[in-house]
Amino acid sequence: MSTTPLPALSIHHLVAGYEPGMPIVNGASIVAEAGEIVVVLGPNGAGKSTLVKAIAGLVPVFSGQTLLDGKEITSLPAHRMVHHGLAFVPQTENIFTSMSVDDNLRLAAGCLPASQRTERISALYSFFPDLLRQKTLEAGRLSGGQRQMLAIARALIVNPRVLILDEPSAGLSPKLVGLVFEKLQEIRSNGVAIVLVEQNARAALAIADRAYILVEGRNRYEGSGSELLADPTIGALFLGRSPTAKAEGAAP
Amino acid sequence: MNFQFLANGMVAGAMIGLGAIGVTLTYSILRFSNFAHGELISWGAYATLVIAGLIGSLAPSLALSFGPFSFGPALVLAAVIGMALTGGLALILDRILFKKLRAKTASITVVMASFGASMALRALLEFLFTSRPVYFSRDLQIAMPIGFGIRITADQIALLFLTAILVLALHLLLTYTQIGRAMRAVSESPTLARVAGIDVDHVIRITWILGGALACASGVMLGLVVQIRPFMGFDLLLPLFAASILGGIGSVPGALVGGLIVGIAEAGAVVFIGAEWRAAVSFLLLIVVLLLKPTGLFGSQSR
Repeated sequence: MSTTPLPALSIHHLVAGYEPGMPIVNGASIVAEAGEIVVVLGPNGAGKSTLVKAIAGLVPVFSGQTLLDGKEITSLPAHRMVHHGLAFVPQTENIFTSMSVDDNLRLAAGCLPASQRTERISALYSFFPDLLRQKTLEAGRLSGGQRQMLAIARALIVNPRVLILDEPSAGLSPKLVGLVFEKLQEIRSNGVAIVLVEQNARAALAIADRAYILVEGRNRYEGSGSELLADPTIGALFLGRSPTAKAEGAAP
Repeated sequence: MNFQFLANGMVAGAMIGLGAIGVTLTYSILRFSNFAHGELISWGAYATLVIAGLIGSLAPSLALSFGPFSFGPALVLAAVIGMALTGGLALILDRILFKKLRAKTASITVVMASFGASMALRALLEFLFTSRPVYFSRDLQIAMPIGFGIRITADQIALLFLTAILVLALHLLLTYTQIGRAMRAVSESPTLARVAGIDVDHVIRITWILGGALACASGVMLGLVVQIRPFMGFDLLLPLFAASILGGIGSVPGALVGGLIVGIAEAGAVVFIGAEWRAAVSFLLLIVVLLLKPTGLFGSQSR
C-alpha cells in the first residue's frame, strides 16, 4: 500500500547491444525521479552511450525493462518514445544542419497537436532567447554552444517527462559547459527527470542528484553526486585523471 | 540560327526533370539509385492509357479533346488515377523487394535488385502490350509559331505549364509542410529523424508515392508528345540520372534544372553535331559540371 510516486524513469537489468549474443550493456539498472539530474559515468567503453541509446530505442534491447512513470516502453521504436514523453539528445548529429533553426523546432513540434505547436515553440524561444535571434539561420552555421542549445530545445518541444543527454559538454569551452549545465538545472526545476551521460565527471557530479558509475556495462557504484565526489576510490579512479581537475569544477 | 532546338529541348527536359525528381528523392531518402524508376514512367503511361480507354468507352463525351489540345477530360482524369496507381506500384515494389533488402544488405545489393526489377517490369509490359508503340491520340497537332523561328504545339505548352505547377507544388510541400520537413530531415539523418519523433517508414512510403506519381506524369507527357512503348522509361534512364546528378542529388529544383539542361543539350546536339552524339553531349556536360562542382549545381556540400 505504498503511496510513493513511481519514478519518472526506471531501468531494470537492461541488456543491450548491436549484435545478438554480444551485449555491451550487461544488466545496468538506473532510476531517475521527476525533477532530478542523474549522471551516468564510467570509463571509455563502459557502455554509457549504448545504455542511453538503448533506452531511447536506437539500440536493440535483449532483456530487461524500461519503465516510464511505471509504464513499460522497452523496445518501442525510437519515434514512439518521444510521444510517450522520453526525449533524447544524441552526442553528435543532434540537429538538422541543413534546416533553419525554426524548421528544426517546427519539425520536432510535429509530435504535438497542431493547436499547441506555435505556443510551444514560442515558449522554447523565450527559454533560449539566443535561438530566437538566429531563428532563420541555417542550423549548421550556429556556434557549438548554440547548436547544443538547439538540440536541447528540439528535445524539449514535446514537454518530455524524461530528458536524456549523451555528453552535452563534448567539444564545448568551460564557459559554455557552465551555460549548458545551468540550463539543465533550470529544466530540472520544472520537474523534468534528466539523465546525463558525461565524460566531464567533476562538473556533472557537481549538479547531480544521483549518479551511477558503469563498468563493463554494469552498475559498479552509485550514490548522490556529493557522495561520489567525496569518495576517495572514485576520486582516484574517475576524477583524479579527469582533465577537469585543473579547472574549478569545469571542463578544460 | 534556328532556335527550335530550345523548345524541343525544354519539352524533353521537362519530362526528364519530372522523372529525375523521383530519382533524386529516392536517392536522398533511401540512399540508393533506383534503376527501376524508368519502368515507373512506362507503367504510369500504360496505366493512364488503359484507364483513359476505359473512361472513353464508358463516357464517350469525356474523350473529346479540349480546344487546340489532343487530349480531353478522359486523359486528365486517367492521368490522376494513373499517378495514384504508379505511386501504389512503387510502394508494392518497395514492400516486396527493396524494404527487405534495405534492412539486411548493403546499398549496392538494393541497386542490383532495382536492375532486376527493371527488367522484370519491362518484360511484363512487353508481354501485356507487345513492343509495338501506342498513342494517346492519333490527332495531328499543328505547331504554332511563337517567334525567333520557334514553333510549338498546344500540347507542348500545356506540358511545360503542368511541369512548372507540379515542381512548384512539390517545392512548397517540401519547404512548408510537416511531411516536407520530415522528408528533408530523413534525407539528412534518419537516426536523428527517429529521435525527433518522425516515423521514417511513413516518410519512405510518401517518397515512393510522390516519386511514382511524378514518374507517371513524365510518362504521360512522353506518351503525348512522342509515343508509348515498353522501353520508353528505360531509354530515359540515363538522362534521368544525368539530370539528377547535374542538379545535385537531393535537390528538387536541381533535378528540374538538370533535366532542362540535359534536354536542351541533347536537342542542340541533334541539330549542331549530329543525332548520334545526342547522349554523349549531355554526359560531357555532366562530367564538366562534376569536375567543376562535384556536388552538382544545387547540391549541398554535406551530401
